[in-house]
Amino acid sequence: MSGANLLISGGTVVDPAAKREVRADVLIQDGRIRDIQPTIASSNGLRRMDAAGKLILPGFVDLHVHFRQPGREDKETVETGSQAAVRGGFVAACPMPNTSPVMDHRGAVEWVRQEGQRVGLIDVRPVGALTRGQQGAELTDFGELFDAGCVALSDDGKPLLNSLLMRRALEYARVFDRPVIQHAEDTCLSSGGVMHEGLVATTLGLRGAPAESETVIIARDLALAERTGGWLHVAHLSSARSVELIRQAKRRGVRVTCEVTPHHLSLTEEAVRGFNTLAKVNPPLRTEQDRLGLIEGLKDGTIDCIATDHAPHTAWEKDADFDSAPFGIAGLETALGVCATALIGPGHLTWSQLADRLAAGPARIAGLTDHGLAAGCPAHVAIVDPAAAWTVDPAAFASKAKRSPFTGQRLTGRVTTVIRHGLVVWDANA
Amino acid sequence: MAEATITREHAQGLQWIKKDLLGLEELSAEEIRLLLATAESFREISLRPIKKVPALRGKTVVNLFFEPSTRTRTSFELAAKRLSADMMNITAEASSITKGETILDTIRNLEALKVDILIIRHAAAGVPHTIARQTSASIINAGDGAHEHPTQALLDLLTMQQQKGRIEGLHVSIIGDIAHSRVARSNLWGLTKLGARVTLCGPPTLLPAQVEELGARVTWDVDEAIRGADVLMLLRIQHERQEAALVPSLREYRLRYGLDEARLKSAKPDVLVMHPGPINRGVELDSYVADGPNSVILEQVTNGVAVRMAALYLVSGPPKTEEANA
Repeated sequence: MSGANLLISGGTVVDPAAKREVRADVLIQDGRIRDIQPTIASSNGLRRMDAAGKLILPGFVDLHVHFRQPGREDKETVETGSQAAVRGGFVAACPMPNTSPVMDHRGAVEWVRQEGQRVGLIDVRPVGALTRGQQGAELTDFGELFDAGCVALSDDGKPLLNSLLMRRALEYARVFDRPVIQHAEDTCLSSGGVMHEGLVATTLGLRGAPAESETVIIARDLALAERTGGWLHVAHLSSARSVELIRQAKRRGVRVTCEVTPHHLSLTEEAVRGFNTLAKVNPPLRTEQDRLGLIEGLKDGTIDCIATDHAPHTAWEKDADFDSAPFGIAGLETALGVCATALIGPGHLTWSQLADRLAAGPARIAGLTDHGLAAGCPAHVAIVDPAAAWTVDPAAFASKAKRSPFTGQRLTGRVTTVIRHGLVVWDANA
Repeated sequence: MAEATITREHAQGLQWIKKDLLGLEELSAEEIRLLLATAESFREISLRPIKKVPALRGKTVVNLFFEPSTRTRTSFELAAKRLSADMMNITAEASSITKGETILDTIRNLEALKVDILIIRHAAAGVPHTIARQTSASIINAGDGAHEHPTQALLDLLTMQQQKGRIEGLHVSIIGDIAHSRVARSNLWGLTKLGARVTLCGPPTLLPAQVEELGARVTWDVDEAIRGADVLMLLRIQHERQEAALVPSLREYRLRYGLDEARLKSAKPDVLVMHPGPINRGVELDSYVADGPNSVILEQVTNGVAVRMAALYLVSGPPKTEEANA
């Protein structure tokens, strides 16, 4: 794919690899970044894009989304999911395999990849199922799934509880040098919990899932990863203690990476008060102490990346009573605004750290090489207006999910333009 | 209509403005006192040979119960009928209507039928709250999961006030399955707002996380909870709790936490024994104690009708002009 030649001028380049934010122009030719210099002269045949006051970030990569297709096209499709992703600044996303049929075989994976290519907005890179039918009993054919284009394997939505099978999965995945992603939840411990076990659950009379339902599985998996040398990736961390376990394991040299969602970085159990089903999510929103622990982990690099766990549901499902409503938050279109407001505003992270966690970090885990802002890299760029204040209105989402816990919230920081392979795939002002 | 006038005079100090009665957490002490005063004034109606006043004449009230209940449903039905409302019962097996959206469809249909007040009981916490946000009809919560059961707590408060002459300063021990009890939560809010001291007692497996932060003292020792208490409120212990390993066996529970004659001897002589019913005789409460001189369990039931009349009357809103002129 070759894009038009383009000069992005007057912006500030946020390069996580160089850990710097510098005023510079970016020249894009034939779909690739050709040059980055303090000033590049405009020439004939070059389209000029004014980025004064804007930040130029590498395009974001989301390791964890649910596009619901095939199976639940009423909730989302690869097409609407891609549209939501690109509006959020993402140029690549990894749909989880809990579709119907489950992405546990080549056919399903190839179909989703091809549908992503047909839509053509982002790079759709599926995560294949870890066990057949996500039943937790038999491993899938790893080699076939990786050959079909999977970036990792997971039974996301369901944890792999069988310790022996988890050991074998970590061991065997070494052949492919790819991660096994665990949705860490001891479902015996969380048994029927619909929110964090704590004061708010006690007040509302709702069944709680304790933080330990996450930490006991992480502790086990870290031991297995240490034993086998396999690559463990822990999905959507929700508790401060989980961060501490992974921090210690990384110090010991265990091969582990992990992610956190924008909602766990910005909301707590308090958001559930009033039986707010929009804040019903698994793992649940926990305490302020947990939220701060997650931010600390993101800051010191214990947490490698931000992933949205974009989990779209229909309005009628989310408008039900709390126990009946499904878990999940549609996060693609609010990710940057929520993260900038919760992390940059209060001074927790710099823009280059945020760019690393949204782009470089997840790209590394997904194995997307040459993803960055250097001459020669494919031109995948997200242009952000860091000062733009906007109000979240899910009715305007491209996603089919028209519900969000951030509805009506004022956020600072907005994606204005997204470029993929040198082509403008999203322009907020168009 | 003298009786209705009396009630309105009670209400003069504070006008009830809420559309719904969902729980005691969101009520002020003044609103709770207004409900109790209104209930007190309605109590006498049930003692008359002709137990009926026209206060809710022309209003349509529906009992919508998604969970089996005999006493609460009957109590609401009698309350509505004694206020001359048109009363209807809808019972839905929890198993046949499990999805919230179906409930909302049911509610929208009832709204289209111009129902004024909906009384809702559901096994899931928050269902009445979800419904209340989506209908203009008044909602009365008749028990939602382990969350709240406001009219039960109000009838408990009314009973304590009658028997002890006050709520403020009373020491009330609530004993049993606190974690799964909407009665415990509603009583905790009502009692603390009115100035009582509350002790929650049960094994740690039946106490919800951080409950002490809601303003109660918590103990695992039933003898400690009994000593010095003015009121002992026993909660029903359900067989399912044994299956979930929350108590090893009902026998073990009876021996450790059941209120029997021997334990009652260590209580104040004038202690009130209360239970929201239905009682598991021989588990949380010995039969002798349930039927003994300290028990006010049947007074609770009688007060239930008065409290529910007050709730129906207040949420039905201020009297219409023509009614006021009549």
